[in-house]
Amino acid sequence: MAKSHVKMTINGKPVEALVEPRTLLIHFLREQLGLTGPHIGCETTHCGACTVDLDGKSVKACTIFAVQADGGEMLTIEGMANPDGSLHVLQETFREHHGLQCGYCTPGMITRAHRLLQENKDPSESEIRHGIAGNLCRCTGYQNIVKAIQAAAAKLNGREFKEAAE
Amino acid sequence: MNDMTPNQKERADKLEGMGCKRKRVEDVRFVQGKGNYVDDLKLPGMVFGDFVRSPYAHARIKKIDVSKALALPGVKAVLTAAELKPLKLHYMPTLAGDVQAVLAEEKVLFQNQEVAFVVAEDRYIAADAIELVEVEYEELPVVIDPFKAMAPDAPLLREDIKDKTDGAHGKRKHHNHIFTWEVGDKSATDAVFAKAEVTVKEMISYQRVHPCPLETCAAVASMDKIKGELTLWGTFQAPHVIRTVGSLLSGIPEHKIHVIAPDIGGGFGNKVGAYPGYICAIVASIVLGQPVKWVEDRIENLSATAFARDYHMTTELAATKDGRITGMRVHVLADHGAFDACADPSKYPAGFFNIVTGSYDIPVAHLSVDGIYTNKAPGGVAYRCSFRVTEASYCIERIMDVLAQKLGMDPAELRLKNFVRPEQFPYQSALGWEYDSGDYHTAMQKALKAVGYDQLRAEQKAKREAFKRGETRELMGIGVAFFTEIVGAGPSKNCDILGIAMFDSAEIRIHPTGSIIARMGTKSQGQGHETTYAQILATELGIPAADIMIEEGNTDTAPYGLGTYGSRSTPVAGGAIAMAARKIRAKAQMIAAHLLEVSEYDLEWDIDGFRVKGAPDKFKSMKEIAWASYNSPPAGLEPGLEAVNYYDPPNMTYPFGAYICVADVDVDTGSTKIRRFYALDDCGTRINPMIIEGQVHGGLTEAFGIAMGQEIRYDETGNVVTASLMDYFLPTAVETPKWETDFTVTPSPHHPIGAKGVGESPNVGGVPCFSNAINDAFSFLGSTHIQMPHDNWRTWMAAEKLGLHG
Amino acid sequence: MIPGAFDYHRPKSVAEAIALLNDLGDDARPIAGGHSLIPMMKMRLASPSHLVDLRGLADLAFIRAEGGEVVIGAMTTQHQVIASADLAARLPLLRETALQIADPQIRYLGTIGGNVANGDPGNDMPAVMMCLDAQYEVQGQGGSRRVAAREFYQGAYFTALEPGELVTAIRIPVPPAGHKAAYEKLKRKIGDYAIAAAAVLLEVSGGKITRASIALTNVGETPLLADAASDLLVGQAPDKALCKKAGQAAAAIAAPASDARGPVAYRRQMAGIMTERALIRALGL
Repeated sequence: MAKSHVKMTINGKPVEALVEPRTLLIHFLREQLGLTGPHIGCETTHCGACTVDLDGKSVKACTIFAVQADGGEMLTIEGMANPDGSLHVLQETFREHHGLQCGYCTPGMITRAHRLLQENKDPSESEIRHGIAGNLCRCTGYQNIVKAIQAAAAKLNGREFKEAAE
Repeated sequence: MNDMTPNQKERADKLEGMGCKRKRVEDVRFVQGKGNYVDDLKLPGMVFGDFVRSPYAHARIKKIDVSKALALPGVKAVLTAAELKPLKLHYMPTLAGDVQAVLAEEKVLFQNQEVAFVVAEDRYIAADAIELVEVEYEELPVVIDPFKAMAPDAPLLREDIKDKTDGAHGKRKHHNHIFTWEVGDKSATDAVFAKAEVTVKEMISYQRVHPCPLETCAAVASMDKIKGELTLWGTFQAPHVIRTVGSLLSGIPEHKIHVIAPDIGGGFGNKVGAYPGYICAIVASIVLGQPVKWVEDRIENLSATAFARDYHMTTELAATKDGRITGMRVHVLADHGAFDACADPSKYPAGFFNIVTGSYDIPVAHLSVDGIYTNKAPGGVAYRCSFRVTEASYCIERIMDVLAQKLGMDPAELRLKNFVRPEQFPYQSALGWEYDSGDYHTAMQKALKAVGYDQLRAEQKAKREAFKRGETRELMGIGVAFFTEIVGAGPSKNCDILGIAMFDSAEIRIHPTGSIIARMGTKSQGQGHETTYAQILATELGIPAADIMIEEGNTDTAPYGLGTYGSRSTPVAGGAIAMAARKIRAKAQMIAAHLLEVSEYDLEWDIDGFRVKGAPDKFKSMKEIAWASYNSPPAGLEPGLEAVNYYDPPNMTYPFGAYICVADVDVDTGSTKIRRFYALDDCGTRINPMIIEGQVHGGLTEAFGIAMGQEIRYDETGNVVTASLMDYFLPTAVETPKWETDFTVTPSPHHPIGAKGVGESPNVGGVPCFSNAINDAFSFLGSTHIQMPHDNWRTWMAAEKLGLHG
Repeated sequence: MIPGAFDYHRPKSVAEAIALLNDLGDDARPIAGGHSLIPMMKMRLASPSHLVDLRGLADLAFIRAEGGEVVIGAMTTQHQVIASADLAARLPLLRETALQIADPQIRYLGTIGGNVANGDPGNDMPAVMMCLDAQYEVQGQGGSRRVAAREFYQGAYFTALEPGELVTAIRIPVPPAGHKAAYEKLKRKIGDYAIAAAAVLLEVSGGKITRASIALTNVGETPLLADAASDLLVGQAPDKALCKKAGQAAAAIAAPASDARGPVAYRRQMAGIMTERALIRALGL
């Protein structure tokens, strides 16, 4: 099968490459481009470890072909930090609130949370839980991930984060 | 700590030692996508291996034709048993004294068993080549139900060992039998039961599940033929054991094998054992002289590596009429699948299941376990638990509720009445363990008070009345569970793996400028070892945690260790690092004495250095001492400041906890809402409360998954029907309940820092707590036991059986 | 899990897509959101030689009113359905249903056309479309035609679509303001197909139900229209007992398979319970 020529912008940088049509976006990112932040967890679109941001949408890179992303603008975890190299607010709050353990779901989770907060500046706990329902975590039980996203939302809204009493 | 001066407190805070919520150091790389997992590894010339697997659960292999696969451009090699046999690698030894086929020779014994290993330039070509390997099978009768496996006419599964009358643990009773394991006093127990005032008996099954970490198993093998050295990267919870096994199997001298476990995306017991993928990657790399990568996909992971549980426990308690337990009797039918690949210490074919008397002072007990073969995947790993402790905890905590029901007693009251009392510690259990410390009554009372237990029971009573009047279709269940874990394997007198005693180790080097590198024999898979071990050292050595680097997973640099599972890192390696630190401190004291020109007996430790007793301004900090150790050591003293400790714990540790769950069950759909879950854990000394809380949240969530929906399920023909995340239940953020955590502190008396371990407690206590809540919802209608998992349809069927659907 | 090799095509117009599908024949498969087809390809349960990607057909992503109908282009994503204020106001049932499909990531790419057209009995939109008596606009080489959702589903993955045809739009007659509707879905977890689900649409006037329509998801080879159940409602004053009776009538036509979601008896019963609960919620009882 002939290879296809694709052009896209990834983390602000232009990328051009030849890909086999069947090359999944996740393999293109990880193996051809060396962007190993997004991970492979389930391969059947359930776990969200491969989540990246494509044209303003959170997508699972294991269930889209690289050719389908041709012309697109993509953000992966590697592009989340601020231009000065400091951590993005979500990266900070995930650490601050212990929103990760093994780190395997974290890139997808943070990338997804970023899009969620773009669409909903001040989500409720329930909206956060539904908003990250496409991302599985086996370590944290989600409670501290939810807290980290709430804290990030508060910071982005210039508010002090107060933990709800348990 | 409480009588510190402000100055001391300031210095202590700076250290970020034990007891503080130190932020994790590993997070800095993880939140930026810069973790380094096995599949991230890319080596020059690396090729990719993948398996041809059996579609059948039991079949004879008539023929394997690899010619079309080999003809596909990009395919480098295809291995079958025929290639491995001359190398004596077509079978590998298991940790349980059995052998397991690496590639099936004459027969396949479970669906998705490894049949051939295809190596190609990339994973796409490998996947294509798999389709081209032609295997001819002749189907054989299948044994899936463990209760039918020992029927006289059951099909013979393991032809390779059919003449073996003795297993690793005694006589085999049947061609599908593996072992019988007995503990306790049978005749005394039978005698107690014969004259008991009250007895209960229940068959309690713990379904087959799978740890399912988010990262699957993977390895990269790279053989340097010139040097004769093998480097093996992999998802290894126990890298040193892999090195030793690898050397014994391959004949490559152990010093020429470099095993490296990089970051691991969750383990939960899945990554303890050795799998055919590792062996095949190694062989292929030796054959090709190129690095070979193997990565499982999720279906392979769920259907071929490392199931857990599958215990069928006939459980009995004897008691007096007023609720004093007098004896316990348990028989377990243990389904081990096609090969006995259980990851247990050698002497314990059913792990530490003999902790089954739980937290109760039961005078006499008897336990027997029969392990058997079926046409299912091998494994039997400790899925977020110490060896078979989850099964034991589920068994005792479920039967306690059954007994309470029969006696008409409150389940919490029955537990309080039978707890081992604080003054009984160290406590000798009827099945052979010595519990180190505990205060069960205090923990239980605190939990009952925290949730307002009496009010909950009152509310439940009112709801039950309303249900009977037809005013609601919801039932309220209150689950109570009190667990005692046994972790930290273990004393070498009890525990070994393949003959290697289960100690653990630490090596500490203090550099001239006073920063530290410490290397450990364990391997974190998300537990945060890089953070917490440094906290222990900070407190022990007075060097700020920020100046301490913890390294694990590289067998060339780390001292020999048995790895991380069974909550053993803190109890064993945590002991090692504290003991090694104390060796350093002793030497530091000599150096300080030399520098301060006093006798070392005139010195006392003060947060981050030594001071002269009675002259506190005469002080040398550890940083100064470190410099001096390289610069001007006292005459006759070796320069440098390093220590190694191999810690063989005198006993295991026994964390415990009290959990309470409130569930609302919709009788018409069988769906359940967890309204509340309260978990009190006592893990002894607490190193990092933030990490402990995170461990508890995670363990409870895994317990929730197991109790409410997880099941590796086979149909009658041996097809595994829950082998993807479509069907295998991993809860999302939406289903997962909110957790309330609490604690008491009862330090371990024998552990250097008093810590007991916590990672697995929430799973051990959580599963019975959820299950008890669901069972409790129906108990007033006469139901004694509903089998897990408590998914919607099973709960609905339970209600249906009780005639609740009109 | 690696798909077999294929050639990729990304037509820019419906006509071009249809021409491609007809030229390439059986070896070609159209792909919209891809969340049904790509996993099948990765498990090698589907191995098309050509993929015709419809995502270039930007003119099929729309939601507009035409007379008494809402017309939704087939390439409109579930995310767009959820975000549409117009749909939320006029056909809230669609938003409610779309929110229960899969998870956020899948809803960004998953299209309403793909959901109704591929004939998977687990998909949620087909029953909703049957309930709403929607029409599908179907285009093939010979031109376009309309097929009623209620005539479209013939078996699991079997529909009225002929080879080389595409569903290009869905036309939904907008029920009058004040109509009552609900979609009740019982599932094991987020992202799962329904154990059973029911869509209901009702109109009530003068204290009586004047129109009723009920359809069921994932309890048969196709979505099922529960006529007998809805007939039983019309002309009656709504109360809980009536909803229960209708639920029982709906359960009677359910023919689910036994699978990991539960045995037949359970899932059939759940079709009834979901119907009953959807009715009660829609009617505000």
